[in-house]
Amino acid sequence: MFEEVGTTTEGDLIINMGPQHPATHGVLHLVVTLNGETIKNVEPHLGYIHRSIEKMCESLTYRQFIYVTSRMDYLSAHINNHACAMCVEKGLQLEVPPRAQVIRVLMDELTRIASHELWWGAMAMDLGAFTPFFHAFRERESINDIMEETCGARLTMNYMVPGGVMHDLHPNFQRRVKDFLQLYKSKVHEYDEMVTGNVIFQNRMKGVGIISAEDAISYGCTGPVARGSGVSCDVRKHYPYEIYDKLQFDEILETGCDSFARYMVRVREMNQSISIIEQLIDNIPEGDFQAKTKAVLKLPKGEFYSKAETARGELGVYIVSEGGTTPYRIKFRSPGFSNLSILNRMAKGGKIGDLIAAMGTLDLVIPDIDR
Amino acid sequence: MFLKKYIQDIWGAVKSLATGMKRTGYYFTHHKEIITQQYPDNRDTLVLPERFKGEVVMIHDENNEHACTGCTACELACPNATIKIITKFDVDAETGKKKKAIDTFVYHLELCTMCNLCVEACPTGAIKMAQTFEHSVFDRSQLTKTLNKPGSKIRAGVE
Repeated sequence: MFEEVGTTTEGDLIINMGPQHPATHGVLHLVVTLNGETIKNVEPHLGYIHRSIEKMCESLTYRQFIYVTSRMDYLSAHINNHACAMCVEKGLQLEVPPRAQVIRVLMDELTRIASHELWWGAMAMDLGAFTPFFHAFRERESINDIMEETCGARLTMNYMVPGGVMHDLHPNFQRRVKDFLQLYKSKVHEYDEMVTGNVIFQNRMKGVGIISAEDAISYGCTGPVARGSGVSCDVRKHYPYEIYDKLQFDEILETGCDSFARYMVRVREMNQSISIIEQLIDNIPEGDFQAKTKAVLKLPKGEFYSKAETARGELGVYIVSEGGTTPYRIKFRSPGFSNLSILNRMAKGGKIGDLIAAMGTLDLVIPDIDR
Repeated sequence: MFLKKYIQDIWGAVKSLATGMKRTGYYFTHHKEIITQQYPDNRDTLVLPERFKGEVVMIHDENNEHACTGCTACELACPNATIKIITKFDVDAETGKKKKAIDTFVYHLELCTMCNLCVEACPTGAIKMAQTFEHSVFDRSQLTKTLNKPGSKIRAGVE
């Protein structure tokens, strides 16, 4: 099923792309075998930012280990923390108050928009357009300000705790989110004007980086990468957690299978997140923001698994507990790792120039891959 | 037929490029809509959100008294061994009883990840997060701080 590693023949050129290449968005090292301009083989070399987060978590208590997961996929830090908190709650059989559930979903969706905004800007920058990067950061900045006010940090928030959230919402939260929604709606047409409709952009994206639906399933792709190939895999729809089953939103599916389809999935997903926030922002129930928990959390002996839809796909958290205060084993199923594994299949036979564009649409975050 | 499509393609391409350039031109002529934030050099007027996590500080009142009982709840809550509390025994002048109190509250800023778990764990609300953001120093040892001020003692009534 998996691709055989292409053999090198005489006349082939092997180049090392990265680990400090501006287009790999981090320390990703690709060993690319080229025949002229045609790619024969792409081999990712990992481990440059491996911090052994899974092993670290084994020595931390169930309250402490959540903050480390912000450092995996730092662009959807809230959703990582959320998945971990859900797994601990599943072990404790803890009921999360309705207010905390709504706050969590609101924060998740804001994070998703911020992550897609950054991807959109970086994606355009990979293709040589510099201006969209700043336009994307303008909107992302206002989300970061909202996060800073309520959670106290802009990137690694550590806002989710087992049983709810750490603080209550800031009094300014609703007003600022409404301001952001207004700003986003007044600026969203610029995205299409500048990038989506651009003829150079379309020619570089359409028909490039083909991932068939079968490949997407067999390589374990999730998130917008799989949905761009028409594979329905949204965890929020199929295995709804928190209050997602009560919300009105669509799972975005595109059938183009190419880079442009994956681009459109993310751009349309931002609008769905906006609609989720609009449904919730005026309907935040009153009540506790945190369930009452014991000072020392002890999970019963057993195995617990929970998953959440991050901006990149399905994040699974698997905890094996021996009944103590620290987990016996933790395994994270990170979306970036599976999405990276299809890179060779996708890029083989294409041109080196298209490798950057196709890799950009995978939306790789390297700390998420290496952990 | 081929020629018609060829011309249509060129026309569409020029149109799409013009649309993008129009947006660029709009911002070129509307300077006030461009948002550029400078580095916050305005220290006196800068207001950071009160929840901003800069570093851990101990709250002292005007009598140089704090609320830390030395229970080490924050030390246990910290994932990175950032906090080390060294306790001593104070002898009460009136009753002559020995009472546990903090000698030094050592805080390693270089190890801190600003996760806020120590502040959450504190039963007496003795520590909080300060809104500082420039932590560069010339020597690493300067990042190891003692949080309780010299001569400070525990506030009466805090158990």
